[in-house]
Amino acid sequence: MKCCRVVGPMWAAVKHPAYVGRSLFVVQPLDERGLDAGTSFVAIDHVQAGVGDKVLVLTEGNGVRQILAMGDGVPIRSIIVGIVDHVETGQP
Amino acid sequence: MYLGIVKGTLVAERKTSGLEGKKLLLVQPVDEHGAPTGDIQAAVDTVQAGVGDLVYLVGSREAALACDPTFVPVDAAIVGIVDGIDVDRPARAEGRTP
Repeated sequence: MKCCRVVGPMWAAVKHPAYVGRSLFVVQPLDERGLDAGTSFVAIDHVQAGVGDKVLVLTEGNGVRQILAMGDGVPIRSIIVGIVDHVETGQP
Repeated sequence: MYLGIVKGTLVAERKTSGLEGKKLLLVQPVDEHGAPTGDIQAAVDTVQAGVGDLVYLVGSREAALACDPTFVPVDAAIVGIVDGIDVDRPARAEGRTP
């Protein structure tokens, strides 16, 4: 899983049927200090996240299929599964 | 999943079984502003995307799940055509007036 910042919503009219009715967000991975780290990607939302929220993103398809319980044929790989309240690093 | 811009169509007459009839496109992965984020790649198209379209893709095993049948040797599939992203300076489809 990755700690990410929600960058913004995106929308698409033409999409695979598994994505119909799901909100899509661009998310940016963060490091332990909350700074951008790595390349942004797309995730579906499962916790009513909002823009700017720090979130926990699952990036593994089997876990996504367990969460969505839509059978074995769901082509979705990343899903927002939590809203992060704070991260402690032991450093000031 | 990640964003990409379709750069071209890939035609391969001789393909491994399971890939017959699958449309292949060359896609440049981009970030939400349209900046390239990696190497160009070939992806199976499931949504009738065209050259210049801003799309989103799914990778790894889930790419095959986007196909019918699902047991096919692919590692990237286009699963949606992006209409808009609500960020500053959003990525846009190429070659079309907004």
